[in-house]
Order: sequence, then C-alpha cells, then structure tokens
Amino acid sequence: MGLFSIFMGAALVNNYVLSKFLGICPFLGVSKKVDTSLGMGIAVTFVMTLASIITYLVQVAVLERLGLQYLQTIAFILVIAALVQFVEMFLKKSSPSLYEALGVYLPLITTNCAVLGLAIINIQEGYNLLETIVNSLGAAIGFTVAIVLFAGIRERLETADVPEALKGFPIALITAGLMSIAFLGFSGLSL
Amino acid sequence: MNVLKAVGALGALGLAFGVILAFASKVFHVVVDPKITQVREALPGANCGACGLPGCDALAKAIAAGDAPITACPVGGASTVEAISKIMGIEAYAGEKMVARVLCKGNYDRTNKKYIYQGIMDCKASAMIQGGDKACEYGCLGNGSCQAVCPFDAIHVVNGVAVVDPEKCTACGKCIVECPKHIIELVPYKQQVVVDCSNHLFGKAVKDDCKVGCIGCKICEKACPFDAIHVVDNIARIDYEKCTNCMVCAEKCPTKAITALLEDRKKAYILPDKCIGCTICAKNCPVQCISGELKQLHVVDEEHCIGCGVCYEKCPKDAIIMK
Repeated sequence: MGLFSIFMGAALVNNYVLSKFLGICPFLGVSKKVDTSLGMGIAVTFVMTLASIITYLVQVAVLERLGLQYLQTIAFILVIAALVQFVEMFLKKSSPSLYEALGVYLPLITTNCAVLGLAIINIQEGYNLLETIVNSLGAAIGFTVAIVLFAGIRERLETADVPEALKGFPIALITAGLMSIAFLGFSGLSL
Repeated sequence: MNVLKAVGALGALGLAFGVILAFASKVFHVVVDPKITQVREALPGANCGACGLPGCDALAKAIAAGDAPITACPVGGASTVEAISKIMGIEAYAGEKMVARVLCKGNYDRTNKKYIYQGIMDCKASAMIQGGDKACEYGCLGNGSCQAVCPFDAIHVVNGVAVVDPEKCTACGKCIVECPKHIIELVPYKQQVVVDCSNHLFGKAVKDDCKVGCIGCKICEKACPFDAIHVVDNIARIDYEKCTNCMVCAEKCPTKAITALLEDRKKAYILPDKCIGCTICAKNCPVQCISGELKQLHVVDEEHCIGCGVCYEKCPKDAIIMK
C-alpha cells in the first residue's frame, strides 16, 4: 500500500471523526465557529503527528522489547498527556503568538480520544515510522476538514428555520449523521 | 515477575516524563511579572466583567501594567483595594466613598403624566416618544433601565422614581451611563443635603410640571452661609467640597427640592468644664448664635444653631461637641 493511499485513506475514506467516530467531543464542542474550529484542527494536527511518532517509538523501544504490549493503552495515555504539557510549555516560550492562537485548545487535546485512537491504530496496522507519520498527518487533516465543514454548516444553521424541538444540539447531531453518510461515499474511492 | 516488570517499565516511563517536564518547565520558564499573579490573587475572581475588562486575569494584567487604577474593581470593595495597593506599592487613594444619586424626586404623586406609555419598559425607548411620559421633561422616567443594569441590586424604582440604596451602591457608574436623561450623579456618601432636581426651566414652568422641582429662585444661594450653593442655568447645585451639611438651604427652599433629613440635624453644645472663653467659636459662627464674654463660658443658642460644625472644628480646646 503506497503512502498516498494511506494518506487519503486516513483523511477521507476512514475519516477519524465521521467513520471511526473518534474525537466526537471536540467535534461537537468546538464547532460553533469556523475560526475556532480551524484553530482546534491545527492544534490537533500538531499534537497528533507528534504523539504518533513518540508513541511509535515507545511501543518499539520499550513495550515490545519488554513484552509489555498489554500496557499499550495506559502507556500511551501517559505519553500523550506529558507530550501536550511539554508542547504547551515549549510554545509558550518559543512562539507566544502561536500559543495565544491555540489558546485553550491545546490542553483540551489531552483528553481527545482521536489522538489515542490514532496511536493505537498505527500499531495495530503494523505501520513503520514513515507510514505512521503519513497516516497521522492524514488523520489529522481529515479531522480538520470534518470539523471546519461541520462548523460552516452550523454557522448557517444559526439563521436557518429549524423546528422548535430540533433547535441547538439535536440538529447538530443530525447534521453530523448526514455528514457521516456523505463521507461514506468516499469508500467507493479506489486507490 | 511480570507484574514487577510492568510496574518498573511504567514507573520508569512516568519518571522519565516527569523529569523531562520538570526540566522543561525550568528551561522554558516564561517570566511572568509576579505582580500580575499577586494582584490576580487579591481580586475576587468572580470574572464578572464589572471593571470593563474580560475577567479578573485581564484586570490583574492591566493593574500590574499601570493601565488600570488599583480601584478598578468595583466588586472587591475597600479590602481588595487595600490588598492591591500593598502589592503595587501605591498608596490607596481611599478618597471619599461616593454613591450614585438620582437627581429627581418627581414620583407619581408629585408630577403628572403627559400620556399613557404602553411600550416596552425601557427608559431609552420611552424617552424617544416626546421625551417620555412624565410631564417634566428632565425627570426620571421610572421604567427601570438603571435597575436592570445595576449589578449590585442597589437601585430600585419606587412609585415612578429610581432610588439608590447608598449602602449597596459601589459607584460603578453603570446606571449613570444607562440613564437617557442623564440625571444620575455621583455624590459623596456622607453628603446629607442634595438638590434632588434636574429641571432647567424657571419658576412657573417648573411648578406646572412638578410639585418638588427647583424653580431657580436663588433663595438657597442667598441663605447659604458658606457660599456652597449656586444657581446655574436655573438649577441649584451644591459644591460638596464647601457644603457643611448645615441644611439651611433645605430649610429655606420654597419647593422642598433640596432633600435633607432635618430631624437628624445636629446642634453644637459647649462643654462647660472645657470652655476657656476664647471667643473663637463666637467669631466664626456663621449665624451668630454663640454668645459669651471673653474668658467666660460661652453658650449656644440652640434655637438658631444650624449644626454646620464650624465652631466644632475651630475650637482649640475641643470644648464643643455636635449632638
């Protein structure tokens, strides 16, 4: 399987939000405005790529060597939490403007299940390091595309004539479901 | 054995990350002005936005940078100001406590309505229609916009006129901005005599609209022993710096537009055992109600004493008390 097909597969066909249903909570929570959802998408892209590299190294260098694969979940959570903290400190020092731009989203990502899910899937699929990086980049961009599209729709829904009972969250969930069905169309993509 | 290996590996991982993070927090330490942190701790932390900035963090930053006064937080009160003044090394300008005051007392018993207003209960809305439904075009509209905007529940509309509760008022100024008639002002908390009228018309024109309006007759101006009240643009205004709360103006005011609690008026009283008969009090009394010979005990004519407190302040022997 070529790198391109891994990338497209992660971004569109097996979109992490809309077909694997990972990272639903930021998807619903931070999608009221296109600007903020874009910020969240960029922050997720940043952390996902870094986290998958580090978790891959931890998996190969520590867990597999010691035969401790069953500790994968808890070890990865530890890695991701520490990594996000580290990234936050690093950004605050080296790039205050980026830190301000990402703002509150950075710590929020610690609890984003898409990051953990991606790290585990990378191992399950048996990717090597390069494939891991491409896959996580694809997944992260897929997440960004999904959340920005969703936010765009929700912005328009604000002014739409929605039935009383469906106003607010219910219509958002229906929209997410319809988007998910739409993304199902990509499964016909032959790569 | 397996358990030990798992515990060891995870523990080592955790320790490694801990060390890296601890190290990183030193290396990537961003120097934050310690004043910001301290000021932030001194603030109430309610993030109410009454200061006009988004949250206490923003205010702490502004105070530390000197962009906001240390009294900027209207919620914290005196204790907060004191704490911040210690941190910032600025002497707290304790100042006089000020409170908002609605300069109108034309309630529905004292003034008439031009028409029946049936629109939304908002002063700005009703002011658009012929300046509101009150006969007096300068008066309080009584729709309670100030009441709605007050964060401290300190202003309430009573019978068509907003009244401030001086105990609750923090002088945040929100009602002053809100009032479309611009009749709310900050007045010293201790001030007992206030001209509660904002009508700039003269004489009969005022009387037709309101029973308690200031008609601009200047009787108060002539009666004031301290040159503290002046009629400008047909309305009496008190200079709170000069006013001694003697209440002479309120007594003389023909329409009772000047509010004062005459029952609470104090009288000077000379303590016989302390008075040395220096005559300073008698010389300074604006109404000449103190009499007595040199080196003799002086007496106050309580009938005529206005309770201005000038003799009390001038007496070198602290022989005069106000009660």
